[in-house]
Amino acid sequence: MTGAVKRGAVLSTSGITMIFGGLTALSDVDFEVGRGSITALIGPNGAGKTTFFNCLTGIYRPSRGTMTFSPEEGREIQLRKLAPDRITYLGIARTFQNIRLFNNLTVLENVLIACHSRMRAGILGALLRDGKTVAEEKAMAEFSYRLLDRYGLAASANHLAKNLPYGAQRRLEIVRALATRPRLLLLDEPAAGLNIAETRELDELIRYIRDEEDLSVLLIEHDMSLVMSVSDRVFVLDYGVLIASGPPDEIRRDPKVVKAYLGED
Amino acid sequence: MTTVQTETAPPPASGSGGPSSGGPGGGVPESPGPDPAGAPEGRGGAAGHLARALAEFRAALLSAAWFSVLALPLVCFRVNAVSGGIDYLWARLPRLAALAFCATLAWRFLLRRLGFSRVRSAVAETAGPPPEGARGPGGSWLTLLDRAPAKRLLLAGAALLLLSVPFWTTPYVVTILITALIYITLGLGLNIVVGVAGLLNLGYAAFFAVGAYTFALLNQNFGMGFWICLPLGALSATLLGLLLGLPILRLSGDYLAIVTLGFAEIIRLVLVNVGFTNGPRGIRNIQPPTLFGADLNGAVKPLLVGHGLVHKDMDLNKVLVYFIILAIVALTVVCVYRLENSRLGRAWLALREDEVACQAMGINRVRTKLAAFALGSTWAGLAGVVFAAQISFINPQSFTFMLSVMVLSIVVLGGMGSIPGVMIGAAVLILLPEYLREYSDYRMLIFGLIMVLMMVFRPQGIIPSTRRVYIYRPEEHGDGGARPSTRNPDALDAGPGGAGQDGQAPAGVPGTAGGPPSPRGAR
Ligand SMILES: Nc1ncnc2c1ncn2[C@@H]1O[C@H](COP(=O)(O)OP(=O)(O)OP(=O)(O)O)[C@@H](O)[C@H]1O
Ligand SMILES: [Mg+2]
Repeated sequence: MTGAVKRGAVLSTSGITMIFGGLTALSDVDFEVGRGSITALIGPNGAGKTTFFNCLTGIYRPSRGTMTFSPEEGREIQLRKLAPDRITYLGIARTFQNIRLFNNLTVLENVLIACHSRMRAGILGALLRDGKTVAEEKAMAEFSYRLLDRYGLAASANHLAKNLPYGAQRRLEIVRALATRPRLLLLDEPAAGLNIAETRELDELIRYIRDEEDLSVLLIEHDMSLVMSVSDRVFVLDYGVLIASGPPDEIRRDPKVVKAYLGED
Repeated sequence: MTTVQTETAPPPASGSGGPSSGGPGGGVPESPGPDPAGAPEGRGGAAGHLARALAEFRAALLSAAWFSVLALPLVCFRVNAVSGGIDYLWARLPRLAALAFCATLAWRFLLRRLGFSRVRSAVAETAGPPPEGARGPGGSWLTLLDRAPAKRLLLAGAALLLLSVPFWTTPYVVTILITALIYITLGLGLNIVVGVAGLLNLGYAAFFAVGAYTFALLNQNFGMGFWICLPLGALSATLLGLLLGLPILRLSGDYLAIVTLGFAEIIRLVLVNVGFTNGPRGIRNIQPPTLFGADLNGAVKPLLVGHGLVHKDMDLNKVLVYFIILAIVALTVVCVYRLENSRLGRAWLALREDEVACQAMGINRVRTKLAAFALGSTWAGLAGVVFAAQISFINPQSFTFMLSVMVLSIVVLGGMGSIPGVMIGAAVLILLPEYLREYSDYRMLIFGLIMVLMMVFRPQGIIPSTRRVYIYRPEEHGDGGARPSTRNPDALDAGPGGAGQDGQAPAGVPGTAGGPPSPRGAR
């Protein structure tokens, strides 16, 4: 049960079990994300996908099991007892199924907030505004602006997040997650609510992020064509149990998966 | 009432028509219709000017009418204590209406002139992406738009006016202003907790009490003076904030509110029942502050009065307190402003907006909440010391739940998270009742009425908070190395692989061509 990371895995879990009262939302999930890969987690509604993300990011503490995160080769961190902010600091960032932007703040501020753990200024720095604090503020503002620019959001840097169109909000949430400089990016249904063109763009965007930011991606998604085209490996969850895993082609044909999605026939 | 309905328009970009607190009323409604004052702007020329003037006129007229109706019972009905009937003073009505009319006109004119409400949104519209050429490393950096010249002028004027107050007014006015300034300090402090960090604290009076009692007790028992006690009072309030914060900040929302409420009540009961605080009788004869040991009222006053510089009944100790609290308010404004636009302040805002997402951004929730709670208490402590110095007599009755409610009302009425809003809110809520003292019977009635109307028609407050605007300012190439922002190349890169080097233009980024979001409003 010592979460021995196989070579080349950025994240591996073993025996993750999450029980809410009488409901077992996850049971014995053994999971793995290869370093530099795009991994998908699929499953019918209520299968426990978001719950799994919440366990990984410290929002829930799993009832049992270990989660091992390896930001770099040769470094292993047990996630189980860590607080969410600590996990983000270590290099796991996420987006949310229902967009959770800081609505009444500007787009730029949303990204600046994500730079929090890379900044040092405390109360005194804020009050005295010494050279170091000012330099840090400027550097981070510049960083945020450039990041927004790279992902096509610079034009709305000063707009309130809630005033962005839906697609841009989804995109901003991803950019905000990137601003924490993650090694592993968790996307919870990034295509939900997007139109066909935007979904196609998302496919490229995810690859682009993986390559440019040099990270690994784990995504939950219901859009099968996106999952099949973008992911290197797919895990299937049904009623909290992992029922299949493998490359997309195999998963597509797996009778257990078909049954989980289409019901007993 | 129909004229007021348009006030419910959503609060985009700092309430496009400007704050609606007309002169005397705090709740004077704004122009009807979709801001006719702004409509003719595009036309230009004489016709445009005329149309605008007409619109302004109409708005002011409506405000005057509305305010007159609102204030009618207050101003024109008076209970005759002798006969037991009611006197109707209709002659006052035209004067009232005229006053409201002029005040609204002046107010709107001032707003327009100073660009109070529009300047930010205007910049938000223009501050677009950086010009193509300026995108090299060190070629540009971001700066912030604050302190428009007009705003500076306004600030300087206000400062001058406030500084000169003791030299041309009566002692009564100075006393009221001290009270108002104390409430401004309280409001700004609570604004950190409630407005910025979104933690509903209903026990703010407790921290105020701790500051006041710290000074009173140290002064009575050890003869310690105001100047030493000022930081000590602030410190003890901060410590209490930390102490209380530690166990309860895992709570949020309503639970937090209830706990803080109970806590304040506990503090008050302790003050009533513990021996050394002298119970409900309180502590009297607290020494006023001194200025380098000078006997202000004995030695200095005859000099000033002789030259006609101050009112003959003016208590110079009060004047000193006035200047002290004025300085504290100025300091507070600077501090709160700086905090708000810092790493910590943004963390507070994130906390207010969404606790889960806030943590997912790497922000330590408990530490951030604690900082807000403790820092907010600091200012209550400061204000408490000044309060004790001002009235030289305190007892637990000065620190009831009503005080917490009052300060909270100031924050909410003024505009959550908005510094000028809180200041105006305090001025309205403290000065208005004083001004209306003559009509004491209806005082609370109109007070309540204003609060209700404000919350219904302008829930974002008198001056809603606006977000800071960052503009991209191109900068000459070549001196990039000297810029602090570029000295740390690590911070400029986006990815560990050096992905953010210049030249990584978004050309290859999927989707950016397809849909950079259209600028807001698109008008
Ligand atoms: N905090 C909680 N308390 C109790 N039950 C919960 C909690 N969070 C999730 N659940 C339950 O766990 C199960 C899995 O929910 P989860 O949100 O993880 O599903 P999902 O796979 O993300 O579904 P969807 O595709 O609809 O997003 C559901 O039955 C849900 O009701
Ligand atoms: Mg889900």
